[in-house]
Amino acid sequence: MATSTEIQAAERSFQHHFASIEQQRDTATFGMWMFLLTEIMFFGGLFCSYLVYRHNYYEAFVEGSQKMNIILGAVNTAVLICSSLSMAMGVRAAQMGNRKLMVILLLITIVFGFGFLGIKAVEYHEHWTNHEFPGPNFHFETGDPAHPATDPLHTEIYFGLYWAMTGLHALHMIIGIGLVTWLVIAGMRGAYSPMYYSPVENVGLYWHFVDLVWIYLFPLLYLISHKHS
Amino acid sequence: MARPEQPHDDEYTHVVPAALYISIWAALMVFTLITVLASFAELGPFNIVVALLIATIKGTLVVLFFMHLRYSPKLTMAAVIASIFFLFIMFSLTMTDYLSRGWATFAGR
Amino acid sequence: MATAVQPVVERETYLNSNYGLKSWLLTIDHKRIALLYLMSITAMFWLGGFFAMLIRLELLTPAGDLLSSDTYNKMFTMHGITMVFFFLIPSVPAVIGNFVIPLMIGAKDLAFPRLNLASWYIYMLGAGLALWGFLFGGVDTGWTFYTPFSTAYSNTHVVTVALGIFVVGFSSIFTGLNFIVTIHRMRAPGLTWNRLPLFIWSNYAASLIMVLGTPVVAITLLLVAFERLFHIGVFNPALGGDPLLFQHLFWFYSHPAVYIMILPGMGVISEVVTCFSRKRAFGYEFVALASIAIAVLGFLVWAHHMFVAGISMYSALVFSLLSYFVAIPSAVKVFNWTATMYKGSVRFDTPMLYAWAFIGLFTVGGLTGVFLASLGIDVHVTDTYFVVAHFHFVMVGGMVVAYLAGLHFWWPKITGKMYPEAPAKLSALLVFVGFNLTFLPQFVLGYMGMPRRYHAYPPEFQVLNVLSTAGASVLAVGYVLPMIYFLWSLRYGKDAGPNPWNAVGLEWMTPSPPPTHNFDETPVVTWEAYDYEHQPQEEITVGH
Repeated sequence: MATSTEIQAAERSFQHHFASIEQQRDTATFGMWMFLLTEIMFFGGLFCSYLVYRHNYYEAFVEGSQKMNIILGAVNTAVLICSSLSMAMGVRAAQMGNRKLMVILLLITIVFGFGFLGIKAVEYHEHWTNHEFPGPNFHFETGDPAHPATDPLHTEIYFGLYWAMTGLHALHMIIGIGLVTWLVIAGMRGAYSPMYYSPVENVGLYWHFVDLVWIYLFPLLYLISHKHS
Repeated sequence: MARPEQPHDDEYTHVVPAALYISIWAALMVFTLITVLASFAELGPFNIVVALLIATIKGTLVVLFFMHLRYSPKLTMAAVIASIFFLFIMFSLTMTDYLSRGWATFAGR
Repeated sequence: MATAVQPVVERETYLNSNYGLKSWLLTIDHKRIALLYLMSITAMFWLGGFFAMLIRLELLTPAGDLLSSDTYNKMFTMHGITMVFFFLIPSVPAVIGNFVIPLMIGAKDLAFPRLNLASWYIYMLGAGLALWGFLFGGVDTGWTFYTPFSTAYSNTHVVTVALGIFVVGFSSIFTGLNFIVTIHRMRAPGLTWNRLPLFIWSNYAASLIMVLGTPVVAITLLLVAFERLFHIGVFNPALGGDPLLFQHLFWFYSHPAVYIMILPGMGVISEVVTCFSRKRAFGYEFVALASIAIAVLGFLVWAHHMFVAGISMYSALVFSLLSYFVAIPSAVKVFNWTATMYKGSVRFDTPMLYAWAFIGLFTVGGLTGVFLASLGIDVHVTDTYFVVAHFHFVMVGGMVVAYLAGLHFWWPKITGKMYPEAPAKLSALLVFVGFNLTFLPQFVLGYMGMPRRYHAYPPEFQVLNVLSTAGASVLAVGYVLPMIYFLWSLRYGKDAGPNPWNAVGLEWMTPSPPPTHNFDETPVVTWEAYDYEHQPQEEITVGH
């Protein structure tokens, strides 16, 4: 049964240019989906660049991707999948009116989010110290003295795309963590209930989208080929 | 002022069973393992096909179940499909240029 | 005798519901936000016009004597950026669309009013960044920012202006998002899709493009900024990149962007032509679907801007063929507008004069686009004034004319006042004559070989250039006059009443200016769009 705080919060959240709270809820969710479509096209430009350069300079891309840490990448993928589970369960808890469970699950999501960023930071540090950041200080070594770099000029492009795509993704993660934190704070104050949980649902959509982008980034950046020519 | 109604299990407030979420999670973890293992198989040009296929399966599971697209209005599904369509237009028409750059042309060009 | 009595405004309208700067700057009323945009884009229009004036002054003489070539490069760049991103793209949607769309569908506001206000602030931030770049040295890359000049060789404020465009792109995205969700979810009862005014269909189609296309130019400009700042070589061949990839990504948005610009204008023309022919739209479904077709097909043709850039010949053939197709839905609309007027009861009030100008000038502009789609012709006239004339015909002869038509048509609704008809007709004439004098000679110049973006030219081109500059002066007068008489009408204009044009449409069934909440009761729609047959044929008497 909804508490009086939750009923008041639901009533306060109703915006009067809508005819009903259902219309408001459906509209808000549809609006978030539309925003996610723009995000698909936003990342899409980077994926298109990746497609063109991988096609043109496959060997350079292979050599670049072989410097990625597959274990860390795979662990990060698993971390994000777990965070999506906790997020989805958190939305479900909000739907069912279980405030305490919702807050716990959202906090777990935040922890997973920081876990992802932490692992990413470790990877970034490694690439940075190996001079694998594009620019005047870029210097690429395959790591195998018997096989010098085939096409370092275009491996620099690979790394440019790596940093741009994972960097943009990480920025979205940070924003996502911020949004979930806001949900935790508002949630603890009883803002959400089965009558009104749109923000939780919609932040959940955003969070899953960020997971979705990584699901494509991982194989494309880390798993191109393990063959050493 | 309209008083917000209590929720009922209609098309929009469908509550997904926890067990389903956990199954999806398990499937995603399994597919992640598969994609890593598959990358070690020497499939030549099919490595990328397999990788993208697995990624798409994972992505579909996330979109349909975690993002509730399965339980959402058809309009939302149409919008998602439309954006994927335009993404593919961007990829494929751009690649018509890059893929055909080396082809023979008329003399003098 | 009695002097003019100022009517005491007893009725609450969106204009008098609240006073003070804060009530405007923190408003979430779509009508007030529309007026905020009106002020911003009018200012940017005059800025873009100022750059145009300098261009036309330079081109009076063959020698590059007024401006150095570097300064001239900055002028046409800033003219293009200001006009495309800060005037044309927001014009009809953010001003007329914001004001009229909720009224037309019987809603109290857009779906996301606070996002609407945020869109305006984002616009202002983007404009501020761009203006900062303009003021502190300008940018000289062309509005197209081609690499590697923009990323590696230009010594101007590329990053600041590129970021300004990046930011203003989000204003466009959020406006489009708001419109799509509003049109899907906030229509009054009974207002089915095939009863919607064609203005709604057009803005819906334009919003689809805004939402799907703008993010791509956003990420592309971000990459340009990174390349410039961090010397990453994504688009720079010296660093392993491909300049054509930039062009593919840039034009993937910027071609559909021209349809973002023209579709809302076409929507205005549909409203004006039906009202001033007192007839329902001929082939309503075809016009509605043509809007969607333009949006979809518009995404398939971008590389026709790259025919001579180095793309493969086979790719060029594909894009050339697709570019022919995209002309078809526009032609469908022109035929339908004409058929709507046939045997209609046509009145030539100012909005209709602009609509006629649009149909003629857009047709010329559109047809020259088909010429450009042909590879053989394009190789000859690309990067000449032929292209410049083509896009000014569609953008200025088409879009700006449609914007003026819309401003005149809905001015009574927005302000409650009629503009004075005689000066308005004069302005329309000046715009038409001035426009043709400015841009028709440019087709000839381009065909004769005068290249674009050059501050000097061979002496044999001077006569046509002088005609063009003369035309631009007339055109400028045609643009200044509405500023004057619109402002005049706020104080001295005749009261308009709810429906001075006797038009059919929900926006005309509420007072002028409307109350903040638009309708006292949510209307229920039981009639088809443009149901002029069932409307009593009353004389339009207000303002004449």
